[in-house]
Amino acid sequence: MPATVTLTGLGKNFGTMAALSGVTATLAAGQITGLVGPDGAGKTTLLRLIAGLLTPDSGTLEVLGHAAENRDAVRGEIGYMPQRFGLYEDLTVQENLDLQADLHDLDRATRRERFETLLQFTGLAPFTGRLAGQLSGGMKQKLGLACALLPRPKLMLLDEPSAGVDPASRRELWRIVRTMAGTGVAIVWSTAYLDEAERCDSFLLLDRGRLLASGSPSDFTRQLEGRTFLAELPEGQRHRIQRGVAALPPIADATIQGRSLRLVLKAQSALPDLTDVMGNSATTRPTRPRFEDAFVSLLQADRPPIAAPPVQEALTRSADGIAIEARDLTRDFGRFRAVDKVSFSVKPGEIFGLLGPNGAGKSTTFRMLCGLLAPSAGSAHVAGVDLGRARATARERIGYMSQKFSLYGNLSVRDNLDFFSGVYGLAGRRRSSRIAWTIESFDLESVVNLEAGSLPLGFKQRLALGCALLHEPQVLFLDEPTSGVDPLMRREFWSRIGGLAEGGVTVLVTSHFMEEAEYCDRLGIVYAGRMIASGSPDAMKQRFVTAELPEPTLEDAFVGLIREHDAGGQDAAAA
Amino acid sequence: MTSARTFFRRFGGLLHKEFVQIVRDPSSIAIALVMPVVLLLLIGFGISLDARNVRFGIVDENRSVETAGLFQAFANTPYFRPFSFLTSKAAEAALMRGDIEGFVVLRSDFSRRVADPIRAADIAIVVNGVDANNARIVTGYAQGVVATWLLGHRRDRAQPAVSPVTVENRYWFNPEIRSTNFIVPGLIAMVMTMIGALLTALVVAREWERGTMEAMLASPASMTEILLGKLVAYFVLGLGGLAVSVFIGLVVFEVPFRGSAEVLIAISSVFLIVSLAMGLLISTVARSQFVAAQLAFLVTFMPALILSGLMFDIESMPRWVQAVTTVFPARYFVSSLQTLFLAGTVWPVLLPNLAMLMGFAVLFLALAIARTHRSLE
Repeated sequence: MPATVTLTGLGKNFGTMAALSGVTATLAAGQITGLVGPDGAGKTTLLRLIAGLLTPDSGTLEVLGHAAENRDAVRGEIGYMPQRFGLYEDLTVQENLDLQADLHDLDRATRRERFETLLQFTGLAPFTGRLAGQLSGGMKQKLGLACALLPRPKLMLLDEPSAGVDPASRRELWRIVRTMAGTGVAIVWSTAYLDEAERCDSFLLLDRGRLLASGSPSDFTRQLEGRTFLAELPEGQRHRIQRGVAALPPIADATIQGRSLRLVLKAQSALPDLTDVMGNSATTRPTRPRFEDAFVSLLQADRPPIAAPPVQEALTRSADGIAIEARDLTRDFGRFRAVDKVSFSVKPGEIFGLLGPNGAGKSTTFRMLCGLLAPSAGSAHVAGVDLGRARATARERIGYMSQKFSLYGNLSVRDNLDFFSGVYGLAGRRRSSRIAWTIESFDLESVVNLEAGSLPLGFKQRLALGCALLHEPQVLFLDEPTSGVDPLMRREFWSRIGGLAEGGVTVLVTSHFMEEAEYCDRLGIVYAGRMIASGSPDAMKQRFVTAELPEPTLEDAFVGLIREHDAGGQDAAAA
Repeated sequence: MTSARTFFRRFGGLLHKEFVQIVRDPSSIAIALVMPVVLLLLIGFGISLDARNVRFGIVDENRSVETAGLFQAFANTPYFRPFSFLTSKAAEAALMRGDIEGFVVLRSDFSRRVADPIRAADIAIVVNGVDANNARIVTGYAQGVVATWLLGHRRDRAQPAVSPVTVENRYWFNPEIRSTNFIVPGLIAMVMTMIGALLTALVVAREWERGTMEAMLASPASMTEILLGKLVAYFVLGLGGLAVSVFIGLVVFEVPFRGSAEVLIAISSVFLIVSLAMGLLISTVARSQFVAAQLAFLVTFMPALILSGLMFDIESMPRWVQAVTTVFPARYFVSSLQTLFLAGTVWPVLLPNLAMLMGFAVLFLALAIARTHRSLE
């Protein structure tokens, strides 16, 4: 197959930091190449280099037969979709397409024909008059794609096209892109979702600017053939058991996956006897290795092992009964109903996930439960307090960690801890003992005098969690805590969260990230402002087991639920 | 090579996009057309550098017909509200309390001296100098009142005005000495700075923030075309702002316009290009709207307000500050505007200003083009 892009020892620095170094690879026409890696791995930098938006500092780069210096010649043959799709939100769908057509100098007849095909292809035909800013995430993504496709490029660069988009739209997008690849276009698809890598024809796995692995995903996962198992977890104490199993010498990786424990063995190891840790009921069965398993074993070989996080003693007296209760929670913004009668309850010590695409109403629900936003109707109780009456009291019992960490980047770690303990009203001995506890149990001693902004992501994450826990909250709110984080860091983080939950802390997580959802005891699926289903991850998957799909993923379940919901809506409309 | 047709299609597309965005985005319209109105009305009415009804003390140690006449002369002008004091001490105390802005002292031999055709009458004027500008104006007005009164007084007495030289003030170009007449034309420079520099820097920064710039740069459109599209669109918007400002100046503030409209449009266009180029230059440094706004205020808006001669007379600034003002284009435009409105098409004033503005236009445009490359670095 002809090479469309050839990279040789490619490197790029920003200041003194190497964003990318020594990347050598070729990308073939007619293939989907997955550019995989956590945030900060260098995915966007590599795409921008290929798109000609950055110039390399070392190595060479040849795109469609032209060297980097001679890029203008092929600019019209590259389709590029940046993150957030690069659309003009105050232009309509048609105006966005017109602009692209003008930029690529398409004549009247050509553009009429291509508009028709693309609008058909993406299902946007009924929405040409709508402002791009008013489209749903999935529709924006399709419009972004249509704009990039308009000049019939030979090379398509897609920067995290599926981030935050609902799984149904994500599948739709894959279908479109797969069709494009069939016409001979070379496609580069960057993603932080590791499960997407498995669908690509080939992949480049980046970590901290270096190319860790490349090739075909099936070859990559095949190395782990015979080393992956699922063990059934007994009710309760899932996190304690997970820690116990992970500590066994032959085990490379043990992660909670709903009711099961996913095990990856180290090379040349046999499955150990699990009855000591899991009890007699332990039943294991082999399972197909996943991309993530291979990535994790690679990272473990590459990095010093992370010390197992200390088990945290019970933080709070667990409140009896119900820790979080939302009843018919509703929120309107003008004429738009962002959240529509959402009801659920969470028991103390439970990890509950609100799962849904961007714009589904997760964050609005979340803000109402944190007391940051007043509901238009309905009520919310958190840690025994009615948010409608005593928001301030409720906030004292809530810990909050946002995706952006909300740390003061130019303050030191200690200053941040001092500041947040003051904000939460800690004083005197309690304050100093809580700060000492945080530094010790989150292993922050070595960085305590460094600026928080200069810390590696893993430390930032720990510090942010530490700050949220300073005042010993009964309920912990996490807003997409591990999206874009590498799998090892995610494991470390969730192992801490598991420890906290066992100590009686109730955890509420929002996420659009299926992998995060697997760690939850129960899930509520939020879609178009409503909670369309709730239950344990396994129960949800169970509903969609079919002959063709004996082991449905959570995403399969999600897509199925959305389909049922949409069909139900149509039935109701028809009736 | 890009053919002309390709260029026009591409550029037409970009231009169309800019105009659609301007029309749909209320904040652009607000800055370009509503802001000038607010700014003109607020500053035009709010800031008047004229002295009116100044509370002024007259220390009358003479208590004569003459001093009573002079008191009346002060009372008859719209500028002063006189208060009589018997001693300097009492007047000083009143000044300290802030009851009066200043006072004159008429000595006990005032009437004798006024009658003396040879010797002039000595009058002491004491003014609160905290606000130096105001103090200068009050002093000037007070001198004027005294001089006018003296002249009239001697004429009435059929005394020949013997004092060998009498100064008679005549204020050219602005006979009523209305400060609105020179502030309002100057404000047009501020409006143009706002539209040109601030708005342009903001909209470019917004494209960076929203990621649309990245998408544009990856397309065949060149950076020059993208920026040219912005330049043309906001140039048109700027001329709209000019029209609004001139209309308000002429109709609401009744500022005279003595120059030629063509020259006004020509010079404004050149200044607008300077402003736009500054805006583009700022946008090459600032990729967030916050930074863009701050920079634009600091390097374009504030100098246009303070160092342009709009508010404060450049001639009366310290030498080194005068030197600083020469690097800010606004001063050349303010001077041209004031000339066009109040004096007429005076080429000896306008030509050097126009030349400077053109120089700035070329310089800033060249810098802006040199600093923008098709790259995200």
